[in-house]
Amino acid sequence: MLQVRKIQRQIQKMATAVEDRADERQSPLSDAVVVRFAGDSGDGMQLTGGQFTLSSALAGNDFATFPDFPAEIRAPQGTLFGVSAFQINFGSSAIETAGDAPDVLVAMNPAALKTNVPQLKQGGLIIADEGEFNDRNLAKAKYESNPLEDDSLAKWQLLKLNISQLTMDAVKPFGLGNKEALRCKNMWTLGLALWMFDRDRQPLIDWLNGKFAKDPNLAAANVAALNAGHAYGETAELAGPLKQHHVDPAPVAPGLYRTLTGAEGIALGLVAGAQLAKLPMFFGGYPITPASAILHHLSRLKEYDVTTFQAEDEIAAICSAIGASYGGSLGVTSSSGPGIALKGEAMGLAIMTELPLVIVNSQRGGPSTGLPTKTEQSDLYQAVYGRNGDAPMPVIAARSPGDAFECAIEACRIAVQYMTPVMLLTDGYIANAAEPWKVPDLENYDAFPVEFLTEAPEGGFKPYGRDENLKRPWVKPGTPGLLHRIGGIEKEIDTGHINYSPGNHQAMTDIRKDKIDGITVPDQIVELGAEGGKLAVVGWGSTFGPIHQAVRRKRAEGKDVSHVHIRHIWPLPANLGELLKSYDKVIVPEMNTGQLKTVLRDQYLVDAKPVNKVSGQPFTIAEIEAAIEGAL
Amino acid sequence: MNEMTTIARTTTLKDWETDQEVRWCPGCGDYAILKAVQRTMPEIGTAPENTVFISGIGCSSRFPYYMETYGFHTIHGRAPAFATGLKLANPDLDIWIVTGDGDGLSIGGNHTMHLIRRNLDCQIMLFNNEIYGLTKGQYSPTSRVGTTSPSTPYGSVDRPAQPAAFALGAGARFVARGFDVSKELPNVLKAAHAHKGAAFIEIFQNCIVYNKDVFEDFAAPKGAEDRQLWLKQGEPMLYAKGTKGIALDAEALHLKTVDVVDGDWEGAGVIVHDVTNRSVAHMLVEMRFGEFPMALGILYDDPRPTFEADVVRQNKAAAEGKTADLQSLLKKGQTWTVVEGGPEL
Repeated sequence: MLQVRKIQRQIQKMATAVEDRADERQSPLSDAVVVRFAGDSGDGMQLTGGQFTLSSALAGNDFATFPDFPAEIRAPQGTLFGVSAFQINFGSSAIETAGDAPDVLVAMNPAALKTNVPQLKQGGLIIADEGEFNDRNLAKAKYESNPLEDDSLAKWQLLKLNISQLTMDAVKPFGLGNKEALRCKNMWTLGLALWMFDRDRQPLIDWLNGKFAKDPNLAAANVAALNAGHAYGETAELAGPLKQHHVDPAPVAPGLYRTLTGAEGIALGLVAGAQLAKLPMFFGGYPITPASAILHHLSRLKEYDVTTFQAEDEIAAICSAIGASYGGSLGVTSSSGPGIALKGEAMGLAIMTELPLVIVNSQRGGPSTGLPTKTEQSDLYQAVYGRNGDAPMPVIAARSPGDAFECAIEACRIAVQYMTPVMLLTDGYIANAAEPWKVPDLENYDAFPVEFLTEAPEGGFKPYGRDENLKRPWVKPGTPGLLHRIGGIEKEIDTGHINYSPGNHQAMTDIRKDKIDGITVPDQIVELGAEGGKLAVVGWGSTFGPIHQAVRRKRAEGKDVSHVHIRHIWPLPANLGELLKSYDKVIVPEMNTGQLKTVLRDQYLVDAKPVNKVSGQPFTIAEIEAAIEGAL
Repeated sequence: MNEMTTIARTTTLKDWETDQEVRWCPGCGDYAILKAVQRTMPEIGTAPENTVFISGIGCSSRFPYYMETYGFHTIHGRAPAFATGLKLANPDLDIWIVTGDGDGLSIGGNHTMHLIRRNLDCQIMLFNNEIYGLTKGQYSPTSRVGTTSPSTPYGSVDRPAQPAAFALGAGARFVARGFDVSKELPNVLKAAHAHKGAAFIEIFQNCIVYNKDVFEDFAAPKGAEDRQLWLKQGEPMLYAKGTKGIALDAEALHLKTVDVVDGDWEGAGVIVHDVTNRSVAHMLVEMRFGEFPMALGILYDDPRPTFEADVVRQNKAAAEGKTADLQSLLKKGQTWTVVEGGPEL
């Protein structure tokens, strides 16, 4: 029972650490805990993290998650590059990032410890599966001596458990093979984590029984492992005076909630957008990380008048979507940086033929193949400028999974109301991360039903005639009396016939630009702080969380700093220039080398200063705080 | 071909002509093909508004501008992908793809292969002139070895692709061949349209500027009888006014030419053309001109269920019995309700 007493001590220390931090900071994060599960790719850490997230949701905590996994599907066991981690930040007040530094690190092997322990908060708790710290695994993780036995982890609290053995013992009655039995380790760990934070086990038990419905024995073994982990903690509690750490529910607006990942947010938003436009949706996609999840979600939604098509390549994916738009569907395609590059020529055709199209770009680290599973915001130039010719196209950026839902609807609206392709930017972080989402009431969304042209208007049919928004008519093939031809060669004004004449190209280029410039986008608001002042921190996309928290903290310290977060990257909100000029200084944190910064400087001649990070990891709050300090 | 487009509708050649000035070089084989198509459409009996011509980039790809139908001049090599999206969005449309040897077999070879493999219901007219015309005469993937061109001043060294063999290899269920000025071309087009599924037609087309008369060896009217084998369903494979025929060397498993004496083709072992015989089709598309006559007409025709029909069927089946209530979809999965004062599970 030595170990049991140890866990009690550790957990109490940890709880105390959390409280100490609360006293010292007095920040809205005072009752928040960051837990990082790290193990081998095969250890099921993403699953463990996902289920722990669900349990946080059910406990009423606000939370944000950060799945961080390798690009290799089954990286060699025990290696440093094969470590898969899942971080969750949960608390009783608003949580907007996955947390800077974990309070608790669960390390399932030496490699997981080595790659993750540097981020652990000083005094934080390490729970390590000592059963995996054998010579072989230590060598693979390039440890010269066992860190659990030497003093190298002294600045943290260390709890060594032989999770492997404890799991084997727990599932022994079920007669599983060695390998299968050890696979239950993640459930044992989850059980312990549930106990540590006073969580209800039943939803997880229900989930396991559902997941392994076809193999009740395996289900029972997993439940037994979960219970054993929980009991391990419970025994510790019974044996001593110590309490577990309970995080109260966060005070959130009343309503119905669910967890939502960015990929789900986009898929649901696209379905909603197509419904609001009263159009069937056609989605052409090609497998690519991290964008494929959108294709997966939509392919199960046939009853919503969604047709999905896995094309032979990225080019065919967008071309098929344009073909479907030409036929009267809402064409959508989706990819990530390298695939978006391949689609560039077809985007130009959609711009030239003025057909609606939504292009979702789940950005990842680049250039080239880059960092397929890591996040970055480095496709902004590609989105705004990345096509041949003068090819203006609206660009919208989502800040979070829930915001991705709203942005997808907005992208559909602009596409059909202006007959234009629209790019929706999200990133690997948003795509995979989950957050609690208050289910919106669709009644609150204004429909924007499409009206196809079905007969020649007065004065005759002009395929490139325009309305007050400079939008040309949308005519479905199959419509009698409106036969016409479109294509990528320069169009004659009104008629749409081939026309290379100098005056016509000048005029058509101007029209294409004016149409996009004239798109109505909401005025830019200040997320936190005031209009005008010493410093504006201007962000876009998934940097919302860390910027928001950092600005909140600095404002709590009395600093004059405001947060401006841009959703409409192109065209930019009409008031943005004036707004930025109302601050003495502007800094732009981005996960790239300064792309929005360049656009802002170009558009408004403001001295926007870059704050850049391209490590494949999101900004921490502390990094933004430091940037604010540096600028003030 | 589909239900809507088979509804008889009386049109004339004029109904299929646009007011646009045709911009091909004088004497280009494309003119003859355009006329053949415009002449055939009234016979097929489809409605112009339900007809869509989709092309990529190249001389042949200007074709849609000259047809009084719906038309989409897209990007280089990608016409099959646009056609796929359009057909899935509206399976009732009658879609014709116009492409060339560069557009359809070089930059767009991938899409051509997948369109055929999936068996999208459409007609693919590949104008094969064995040269890049619009970019001023570079050799193409179908150019013969030794073709001198601006990019191959010492002659091309790579072996040419064979369009009909490529199509059959990709899984085509209809493969035909014709040439620009042939009187038989309308019949080939009609058969292609009558075939439900992807119908691949290789049309030899004379590029008067950059590859003049490259097909004269078999297309020239004089002596055509000896050099053209027009395949007809159920008829013996005879040419040279019935004095020669194609027989199967059953031991070596390849085709051979045989002399037919006094019309006794059976005695000479001449085989009867069966458009559904895939093995023979493979031999016909590979038949080397010179040693053999050029095989023309319907080489292979054996329909299978089409891609768009299967997609529509699966979409319907998957949606069956489900209501498309988006509000309830948003609530799917594990949810929790927050009331004033905390969550309720």
